[in-house]
Amino acid sequence: MGMTMTQKILAAHAGLDEVKAGQLIMADLDLVLGNDVTTPVAINEFNKSGFSEVFDKSKITMVMDHFTPNKDIKAAAQCKQCRDFASKYDIKHYYDVGDVGIEHALLPEKGLVVPGDCVIGADSHTCTYGALGAFSTGIGSTDMCAGMAKGKTWFKVPSAIKFNIVGKLPKYSAAKDVILHIIGMIGVDGALYRSMEFSGEGLKNLTMEDRLCMANMAIEAGAKNGIFAVDEVTKEYLKGRTDREYTVYEADPDAEYDEEYTINLDEIRPTVAFPHLPENARTFDDIPEIKIDQVVIGSCTNGRIEDLRCAAEILKGKKVAGHVRCIVIPATQNIYLTAMKEGLLEIFINAGCSVSTPTCGPCLGGHMGILAAGERAVATTNRNFVGRMGHPESEVYLASPYVAAASAVAGRIAQPADVV
Amino acid sequence: MKACGRVHKYGDNVDTDVIIPARYLNTANMEELAQHCMEDIDADFAKNVCKGDLIVAKSNFGCGSSREHAPAAIKASGVSCVIAKTFARIFYRNAINIGLPIIECAEASEKIEDGDEVEIDFDSGVITNKTKNEEYQGQSFPEFLINIINSNGLLNSLKDE
Repeated sequence: MGMTMTQKILAAHAGLDEVKAGQLIMADLDLVLGNDVTTPVAINEFNKSGFSEVFDKSKITMVMDHFTPNKDIKAAAQCKQCRDFASKYDIKHYYDVGDVGIEHALLPEKGLVVPGDCVIGADSHTCTYGALGAFSTGIGSTDMCAGMAKGKTWFKVPSAIKFNIVGKLPKYSAAKDVILHIIGMIGVDGALYRSMEFSGEGLKNLTMEDRLCMANMAIEAGAKNGIFAVDEVTKEYLKGRTDREYTVYEADPDAEYDEEYTINLDEIRPTVAFPHLPENARTFDDIPEIKIDQVVIGSCTNGRIEDLRCAAEILKGKKVAGHVRCIVIPATQNIYLTAMKEGLLEIFINAGCSVSTPTCGPCLGGHMGILAAGERAVATTNRNFVGRMGHPESEVYLASPYVAAASAVAGRIAQPADVV
Repeated sequence: MKACGRVHKYGDNVDTDVIIPARYLNTANMEELAQHCMEDIDADFAKNVCKGDLIVAKSNFGCGSSREHAPAAIKASGVSCVIAKTFARIFYRNAINIGLPIIECAEASEKIEDGDEVEIDFDSGVITNKTKNEEYQGQSFPEFLINIINSNGLLNSLKDE
């Protein structure tokens, strides 16, 4: 029987010719990731367990992105703990304020993940790197600790859902709308324990940034991983980022899928996920007038340069509505610099936006844009759970950078067509 | 090995942000985090929970973030077991790794109500609802899982081997 992309990568990393869904395997890891919230717990476990060395200092990365620049004394202590550990064990890919970016934007940008890799990260959105044709999944701090020490971990081989992508996105429709549409269709546990595999002739019309956005939110459908077939777009993206040789794994023609869907990009419309679940996806024929207080454009889902260009396209020459706070967060220093050179930051500031240094910040209700009781935000982030961006009685509406920017101008949830 | 206690019942898609809000994750002290456990959907949980109590929920318990602080805060609050129809996968893995017993059982998830007195036998997987005088068959724990729980987590169990 044939294997899916994910199954082939897992088989190769377990030293097996073949694996089947449900099989338990021990796999070698190419990269182990942690951030300033999850790494301290892993370090505590590492020390308690009496480990005295890491498996490979060049295959561990620590990214201080969640509560940085340090939001308070306790957060500062957590970062210090990570910094000291990274120094002690000479961790090569340690990123701190000044060169840090949001982990899932930063690692692909730095070329730390290549097709065919097997990656674990103590952050649920680690599934983002599936955009590059890697197997990549979120785990907890204990697994991170064991991964750092031993360079391997166990997996149950997942079955998969196949998404056959066809067509091309219309103007003002975005990759975010595609993934919100899919989560709306299958639900927040629609892909529980399984892979979401994206392939088809429409893939050529999705940029690497589109794919990173879509793979990023596979976890919001409960998936173990999201993964894209590798093509010229992938290879072009990797040029100049890495010297590592990589293996491209294609799904076998007779690979077995639990379910198969065809997603026609031509039919995707601007979409908003209503509180308090990403599956509450609605298009604008089903959205009443909803006044908003804040807009956040950023995060590991939508803080990349193309996202900022989309937002700037809408905001250029316009003003953010008087009652709205619009916060723009470039996801990495490189994105920040590019946005500066392209004049995007000027457009944002002239429109009345606040522009922040890279941080996860408000996405998880950490800092830099917390909501009060009763407040509503449109955000390009990935979760709209109760209390996600602040007070448990606040609300988050998930949308694309186009919709977020249009909403900032309109002062209510709006689509680009309403303001351009 | 058994657990017994009073049930705190919740619905579908209880996410890790409500289990332990990120605003408290500037510490890895689980006893401190336990004081805020379930705060955003059940403000009185930390006050009401007693050692040995159980959480029973519906589908996709623990969805969202990979924060191990979520099962750890539940465990530190004294909860002896979580029963749900299904668990989100990262939570499932994390719970086992830190030694918090969890059981998937659709019937128990459906029939057990808030406040019921429930006993679980991990060796047989039998869940006894003492309040309603009912029994539900959950999955029994294989030996390695019992070892992880008895050792207080995966890393300790590896050390104990």
